[in-house]
Amino acid sequence: MATTKAPKRSLVLQRRETVVSYLFLLPALFFFVGFVIYPMVMGVITSFTDASLANGGQGTFIGLSNYIRLFQDKIFWKSALNTIIIVVVSVPCVTAFSLWVGSAIYKMRSGARSFFRCVFYLPVVTGSVAVVVVWKWMYAKYDGLFNYLITAAGGDALPWTESATMAIWCVLIILFTTSIGQPIVLYVAALGNVDSSLVEAAQVDGATNLQVFWKIKWPSVMPTTLYVAIITTINSFQCFALIQLLTRGGPNYSTSTVMYLLYQIAFETEKNFGYADAMGVVLAIVIAIFSAVQFKVMNGGTTE
Amino acid sequence: MNKSRVTPYMVVAAVILIALAIFFIFPLYWIVTGAVKTQSDIIIKAGETVKWFPTVISWDNFARLFKSQTSLFGAQMPMAIRWLINSVFISVASMILTCISASLAGYALAKKRFWGRALIFSLFVAAMALPKQVILIPLLSEMSALNLVSSPWSVVFPVVGWPFGVFLMKQFSENIPTSLLEAARIDGAGELRTFFSVAFPIIKPGFGALAIFTFINAWNEYPLQLVMLQSNESKTIALGIAGLQAEMSTDYGLIMAGAALAAVPIIIVFLCFQKYFTQGITMGAVKG
Repeated sequence: MATTKAPKRSLVLQRRETVVSYLFLLPALFFFVGFVIYPMVMGVITSFTDASLANGGQGTFIGLSNYIRLFQDKIFWKSALNTIIIVVVSVPCVTAFSLWVGSAIYKMRSGARSFFRCVFYLPVVTGSVAVVVVWKWMYAKYDGLFNYLITAAGGDALPWTESATMAIWCVLIILFTTSIGQPIVLYVAALGNVDSSLVEAAQVDGATNLQVFWKIKWPSVMPTTLYVAIITTINSFQCFALIQLLTRGGPNYSTSTVMYLLYQIAFETEKNFGYADAMGVVLAIVIAIFSAVQFKVMNGGTTE
Repeated sequence: MNKSRVTPYMVVAAVILIALAIFFIFPLYWIVTGAVKTQSDIIIKAGETVKWFPTVISWDNFARLFKSQTSLFGAQMPMAIRWLINSVFISVASMILTCISASLAGYALAKKRFWGRALIFSLFVAAMALPKQVILIPLLSEMSALNLVSSPWSVVFPVVGWPFGVFLMKQFSENIPTSLLEAARIDGAGELRTFFSVAFPIIKPGFGALAIFTFINAWNEYPLQLVMLQSNESKTIALGIAGLQAEMSTDYGLIMAGAALAAVPIIIVFLCFQKYFTQGITMGAVKG
């Protein structure tokens, strides 16, 4: 009756274990298949149809038309460019910055360390809606704190979110404050696991702090850096709530992202589900490619 | 341990850190004080300094926020409180369902050898790397077919389906010694009993991490709430505040009162369970 190693088990026991395992998996699989996998598959199928609110989501097959339209849609390209700008600016900033904060706080006493970790995590917990409404007030032309500080210092009031050139930076600042919390927690944990005997040996040999960082700590936290880069990429690609609440993609599409455009087309303007789903499919493919490239490039440099 | 001499770099770093901490806390401070400021404290008059502190504490913003009334199970209440109750319901339901389904699945994936295990696990991981918002549209069609639009379950089910919890609980379940499980089996314990009496005590810290993580995620799952919860009575507090801001964008006092109502409860929950939270984030990333 006692079983010790897998190869020795009888077929009956193996079959029994498989049945039991699937019973354990059943609740999770139910929700996963029903509310993640099924809609994903349906989304891909819908992207080849002309489904819209007008025909009750029951579209007919139209082949690649939605995809062809996508590549000719100027607003889509504008939104794609904005999305790329957001990703390209936020990923290096968030990664570098959270690594710096992580290295500055990981050796502190545990009270101070938790304090800083908490502070930088606060905007994540507060939630995008509360964060955006208060930033919107601070950015406001009248009664906004930033313009008050600028004019009090003798400068001219700025248009902030109302200017096509400034608006995307306003989005990026908020995105930054809501993005570094999780990476900092990860870096503090990863830096705490760096082999301290290696660091001490290097210091005995006269290595400077900067050398210790680049030669020992940086390679050891590489897996964390990879993870941070990938989650930040995924989050930045999906930047939506900030934009929907702060600028509604404006002025003149200067802050429209693919995710926001997708939402607008599906639920606000055309209510065209097929076309919006085609955007979703393209976005998913691009995110997968980005993640895979990051994985390849950065994994090439790890020691593990 | 770090009694080494103070270098100029350390001083600069400390100054930057403190400045940043203020920058990160300030919006929250501005929400809470804005919520209790009078209208005249909010307006910045030419030539006067901005009111960094409220001159008087006024509950007028909250009074206006609570003016619109509704009822729930026969009880009369302000709409904003109804929204808050909806948020709590969605978070608690997501938390309970996720904890049950993810701990059972994570345990099976970590400790059992069965046909299809590798395939199922890689499906879970691959789905996590995909943007979850691209499934919003098909999810809405599915929910309307199930007649669940504007029901809290339309937000709860997709949150529970998200595979991060399974992944996290698998990591924690790897710590269960196989010998203990076998000993229980030899003693004649059934599968469920083994899970509850042997595995559960070991994965309990993961349970705490997952619970708090799911609670906060469901609370802040804005895009899903926005698409699914269409009737005013079904809104969450975050969604309600977003609606208020769209309607009366310059009534900052009222909006801050709403933002405070949305942010303060979740921050209190976070601060109480902070320890588990950190653990959850860290464990979820290992082998990410």
